[in-house]
Amino acid sequence: MAGKNPWGSSGGGDDTDRGGEDSPSGEKGGGPRNPWLPGGGNDGSGEGKRRSASIEDIFKNRGPEGPRRRGGGPGGPNFRMPQRPGGKSWGPVIAVVVIGGFLLLSSVHLVEPREQGVVKTLGSYSRTLDPGLHFTLPYPIESVDKEDVQGVRAVNIPASNQRAKLILTGDQNLVDLSYTVRWNIKDLADFKFELADPIETVNEVAEAAMRASVAEKTLDETFTGQGRAEIQQRVRLRMQETLDAYGAGIDVRGVEIAKADPPGEVVDAFRDVSVAEQNADAARNEARGYAQQTLSRAEGEAEAFDKVYEQYRLAPEVTRQRLYYETMERVLAQTDKTIVEAEGVTPYLPLPEIQRRSRQGAPGGQ
Amino acid sequence: MDSIWTKYRWAFVIAGIGLVALFLSAYVVNEEEQVVVVQAGKPVRTVNTPGGDSGAGLKFRVPLVESLRRVDKRVLDLEMRDEEVLSNDQQRLLVNAYARFRIVDPVTMVERANNTDGVRRALEPILNSALRQELGRRTFQAMLTAERGTALANVRANLDREARQYGAEVIDVQIKRTDLPEGAPLQSAFRRMETDREREARTIRAQGTRDARIIRAEADAEAARIYAEAFGKDQDFYDFYRAMQSYEQSFARGEGRGESSFILSPDNEYLRQFRGRR
Repeated sequence: MAGKNPWGSSGGGDDTDRGGEDSPSGEKGGGPRNPWLPGGGNDGSGEGKRRSASIEDIFKNRGPEGPRRRGGGPGGPNFRMPQRPGGKSWGPVIAVVVIGGFLLLSSVHLVEPREQGVVKTLGSYSRTLDPGLHFTLPYPIESVDKEDVQGVRAVNIPASNQRAKLILTGDQNLVDLSYTVRWNIKDLADFKFELADPIETVNEVAEAAMRASVAEKTLDETFTGQGRAEIQQRVRLRMQETLDAYGAGIDVRGVEIAKADPPGEVVDAFRDVSVAEQNADAARNEARGYAQQTLSRAEGEAEAFDKVYEQYRLAPEVTRQRLYYETMERVLAQTDKTIVEAEGVTPYLPLPEIQRRSRQGAPGGQ
Repeated sequence: MDSIWTKYRWAFVIAGIGLVALFLSAYVVNEEEQVVVVQAGKPVRTVNTPGGDSGAGLKFRVPLVESLRRVDKRVLDLEMRDEEVLSNDQQRLLVNAYARFRIVDPVTMVERANNTDGVRRALEPILNSALRQELGRRTFQAMLTAERGTALANVRANLDREARQYGAEVIDVQIKRTDLPEGAPLQSAFRRMETDREREARTIRAQGTRDARIIRAEADAEAARIYAEAFGKDQDFYDFYRAMQSYEQSFARGEGRGESSFILSPDNEYLRQFRGRR
């Protein structure tokens, strides 16, 4: 038996053989034949046997040789099946259980509320499963493919790892546009069987629709809220029309423009426009301020004149004289006065002197 | 056991052969594919073709004699490379289009193009040239916008005619991108956008200045009207009244004004009473 065993040199294999031969021949035979057991030769034969037996048990149960020695019996390596009544093999039973379980699992389907499932009977589409618990024929005959149909999927274009693609507007300007397309599955069977790559198709259709729609607008329109709303609406309709023509089974829920900016290369010029707008507004505001001021002053002066004139009309001469004297008083009270009495005398006017004096007298006034 | 085997040996053998034959001859056609059954290199029938009566499901063939060619039944895409198209006003535009097609005649397809990739290879240059030809008749502006619809319909029709030879039907052709080519065209577009904005900014500033002037002038005019209305009631009195204000403004001492000195003659109107004359 040792010769037949390709792993014959292993301890476990030898032990078995020796176990049979040792019993009659005693420890003499065991010593040299088993160099892996140093204690075997020196100790008592009883102890040696016991020890070799325990190692044998270990190998039998855990070692690689264990299962093989049992001669192909059923059950795992560390597990011995209880005897089946009638002494028959467990193999068919286990096979039936495994296959039965598999068949059962592949024929019970729980479709979640957001999902639908398509059933293919031998490859041919037979029906769509709505949410709930469903039974189908087991796997090779019927297969079920479940998909989230309620969930709205969002695609960002350009994707975050992509470089911004400039889009040409109708007036041959370029705009840096990024947008999101939201869609979900309208008809799962169409979605599954009509298009080779529905998700890629959505992206391409979106790009084509967006470029076509932006090309219908001027650059300025793409920046305004109104223009954007129109573009979004048109892209959505265009996409839906195209996808329906493909029979894609996809519902485009919405298209949102996230950003519409001038290209980076010319952004300064665009900023300058808004600066110019602010400058113009500032100039207008200043002018309005001036206007307010001027008008208020005019109104005030006119009002004041009116009031005085009213009084003047009641007593013209007196008022006139009063005003004259009052003004003269105010003026002359604050100024230097020289009165030249004599006729025909040319007075010497010490003008520098007067100025010096006045400067000393009133340092505040210059 | 032995007795059963010897008794029913032939039955077992026949059953076994039958089973093997069944496995060899049965095949499943999926919903998304169509099948051409080929016998000695010659297509004999099709399964699950668009418009055909034999649908997907479990099918049988003569084992070993008939072989299967599976062909996609779904809508396939044909992607075009970026192509520079010259408009009839000599402007360059980088165009990228795609076509969607479907194999409607798998037998022709298998015979002439072998597989769907072969169809793609055959159609791509046709798509490119059809598109170039069709767009090249248009102005740059028309390439971008309005006429795009009819141009694409023509391209689709052209491409479809060619595709029929390969058993394919072109469903749709769409321009995915129209870009200005890198380099000079792109730079000149940027330059134009820039100057456009500069002009706009200048216009806005000038408008601001103009508006400001108008507002000021209007205010001045209105003020003049108010003055005239008020002062026009009595020109003589206004002259006097305004003179009084003006004297006070001119001669009275105040912040930032020069000193005034008067040399008065006793004949002065103000000093009239000073002399006691009447």
